[in-house]
Amino acid sequence: LSATPEISKEDDRPKWDNKFQYILSCIGFAVGLGNVWRFPYLCQIHGGGAFLIPYFIALLFEGIPLLHLELALGQCLRKGSIGAWNTISPYLGGVGVGTWVVSVLVSLYYNTVLTWVMWYLINSFQEPLPWSACPLNENRTGFNEECYESTAVNYFWYRKTLNITPDIAESGTLQWWLILCLAACWAIVYLCTIRGIETTGKAIYVTAIFPYLVLTIFLIQGLTLPGATDGLIYLFTPNLNTLKNPRVWLDAATQIFFSLSLAFGGLIAFASYNPSKNDCEKDAVTVAIVNSMTSLYASIPVFSVLGFKATTAYWDCLDRNIISIINEFDLPEESIMQQNYTTWISFLNSSYPEKIAGLKLKSCDLQEFLDQSVSGTGLAFIVFTQAIILMPGSQAWAILFFIMLFCLGLSSMFGNIEGVFTPLLELRIIPKSIPKELLSGIICLISFLIALCFTLGSGSYWIDIFDRYAGTVPLLVIAFFEVIGVVYIYKIKNFIGKSKDVEWMTGRKLNLYWQITWRFISPLLLLIVFLAFVTLQMQKPPSYPAWNPKYEGFPMKEEKVYPPWVRAICVLLAALPCVCVPLVALFQLVKRNHRSKDPSLVSPEVFSCQGANS
Amino acid sequence: MLRALLFTLSVVAIAHAELCKPDAQNAFKVRISIKTALGDNAYAWDANEEYLFKAMVAFAMRRYSSKSTTQISNVLLCNVTDRVSFWFVVTDSSKNVTTVPGSEVEAAIRMNRNRINSAFLLSDKTLQFLKITSTLSPPVEPSTPVWLIVFGVVLCLIVAGIVFLIFSGIQKHKKKNKESTETENLEEKVEVTLENGIPCEALDLKPGHINGVFAADDERFTSL
Repeated sequence: LSATPEISKEDDRPKWDNKFQYILSCIGFAVGLGNVWRFPYLCQIHGGGAFLIPYFIALLFEGIPLLHLELALGQCLRKGSIGAWNTISPYLGGVGVGTWVVSVLVSLYYNTVLTWVMWYLINSFQEPLPWSACPLNENRTGFNEECYESTAVNYFWYRKTLNITPDIAESGTLQWWLILCLAACWAIVYLCTIRGIETTGKAIYVTAIFPYLVLTIFLIQGLTLPGATDGLIYLFTPNLNTLKNPRVWLDAATQIFFSLSLAFGGLIAFASYNPSKNDCEKDAVTVAIVNSMTSLYASIPVFSVLGFKATTAYWDCLDRNIISIINEFDLPEESIMQQNYTTWISFLNSSYPEKIAGLKLKSCDLQEFLDQSVSGTGLAFIVFTQAIILMPGSQAWAILFFIMLFCLGLSSMFGNIEGVFTPLLELRIIPKSIPKELLSGIICLISFLIALCFTLGSGSYWIDIFDRYAGTVPLLVIAFFEVIGVVYIYKIKNFIGKSKDVEWMTGRKLNLYWQITWRFISPLLLLIVFLAFVTLQMQKPPSYPAWNPKYEGFPMKEEKVYPPWVRAICVLLAALPCVCVPLVALFQLVKRNHRSKDPSLVSPEVFSCQGANS
Repeated sequence: MLRALLFTLSVVAIAHAELCKPDAQNAFKVRISIKTALGDNAYAWDANEEYLFKAMVAFAMRRYSSKSTTQISNVLLCNVTDRVSFWFVVTDSSKNVTTVPGSEVEAAIRMNRNRINSAFLLSDKTLQFLKITSTLSPPVEPSTPVWLIVFGVVLCLIVAGIVFLIFSGIQKHKKKNKESTETENLEEKVEVTLENGIPCEALDLKPGHINGVFAADDERFTSL
């Protein structure tokens, strides 16, 4: 007897070392920069604790069902996104191609954000921190004008890091320091994804767990800072009136959707490396809940630090007023302290009103400082860095903070790259002789070269465009088609009914909750969210805030309108992934009509999960 | 004699009052913040400190113009407030009852700012000459920017990791290839069925060989 030399295809497919690696990868993909710099901002502007109500409702009816669907799909079909959708129905192959395109676009710009984080990280090793003081002007009599009029932190971000141009049409030059950091970032991504999940599975232990450690350290430190309690009270005080505003519900739905990284194809890719008999239901619920808990957990240190910053700014405001008064009236030092400031002001106002008016004192209101809400890169690179300067031992805090941001972003990048990598491995375009290392190297190299355009002077404006248009609307469309495709085209009875795919995988009968949400609630919700989102985007004129030192209102940002060619690119970015769905369906239709009816084509009903790995 | 002395003194006093008053020509306002600078170690501003201030200004004028004509009595202080702030002028003893031009005083103070500050244990911010801008010292910049060094370290680590992983991948690939050729050789041997050391193919088809000697003996047995 001779053993068959032909090894079955299933054994050749890479596997997770253990279940924990898989769960950690999904959690790392879902938990990203948005959990730290978008969720606390939404909580703040939408009535604090009251925002949690629409957030958890969206989680229950949109987040968890869609997540379960994707994980079950990948695990059952054991293929990347393109292969999986081709298997379900060749007409739905466009959905897979659409997710692949979105993953490519998002990978490009996401790693540039990581470049900025890395730049700040390697600058944090300097004592004193470079964003703590303004540089001097040429004749050393004062500070650099641009820096003096805004703040040192703003100057370091807009001038020393981005070297931003005043207009998106002016491209500026390539910033060599950003190119170096971009190369390093793509090298790190290559190092971690060089052999697919074999290497990311090891790297994820560090990049997924380390942020939690740092968040805990910041939590403990943040709570000891003065003014932290003000920030926390401000964040969590519920204002139920905001729930009447539909905008709040829309923001909650979109936040859940984008936070869980659905419709990228990365989750399908991760789940496809699982053994077929795995409880994907429990996995989905676990990942979704951990993601939301992380958002909540992260908002506590963020708001402690913001409260501290607001309190310090308030004290500074008071101190500046006190100094002006003391200097004007030649009163002895320390006669007016913060505690008796108000009594003194009222006394002086009644006795010398003209002098007080002449001083032009700023009104110092703690609420006003707390109300200054920022999200996104502004939160991390401007507000937080400013707060870090005020803390004792600021270098260590800066290093910890930026390593945490880097790990959060890197683990999300793994998911994005898997979403690009896995389908390519399965498509027969790539010859089998090319080793995985070479393929991932080529992907990283090409992405690096394309992403060089984000290191131009106008790069950050372009990243905003990509973030707003490529990373939002296409995902909603694709997720809608995903649910419709599985539930109505593949026929949910094949997925959860007769052939009992999901039942076989999880080992228990499918709950009514999944049936209802998959069939009706989630598609309906997605449709409503998509329409509302698009309507809102159309209402806002397509403008962007530009940093222009020559603007009269400087340091306020100048609102500029996108020129027509940029608007065309925005539409292209949003439409390209969506258009793949009907295009591929059309292409398949044409191909089928050209060929005579081929009886060997497998119809979707015949397919089953148990058949997949026999 | 006494009357003449009294007369000159009163003239001088009036002249001084004329020369040193707020917003006078060539007069400078000084603002001192001792408690901000020294906290608990703050000293009180009294006549002795004023004397020291006059001495320092005179010293600055002497050093600047290199002629030893400025005396402590040439420096006039007035309008001392609780803040602590006051005005001062520097008079010129060679010319009668005039003040040294403000530009000279300014240049002299700027040149010796450091010495004046240290005499009072204060800094540019806490000992302010209101019309005199101080030359700011630039932040210390190392010759190679620190971030470049850190970047170099990080990049070296990454490149080392990549090279290691690529080489281990190539080695694994070679080992797999060698193993698969070995198993193929084994299988070839196993596939060849042997009959008494002679491959069956040579014997022409299946193993087993009818031996005609025994077959022919079948007739010897009695039939049932």
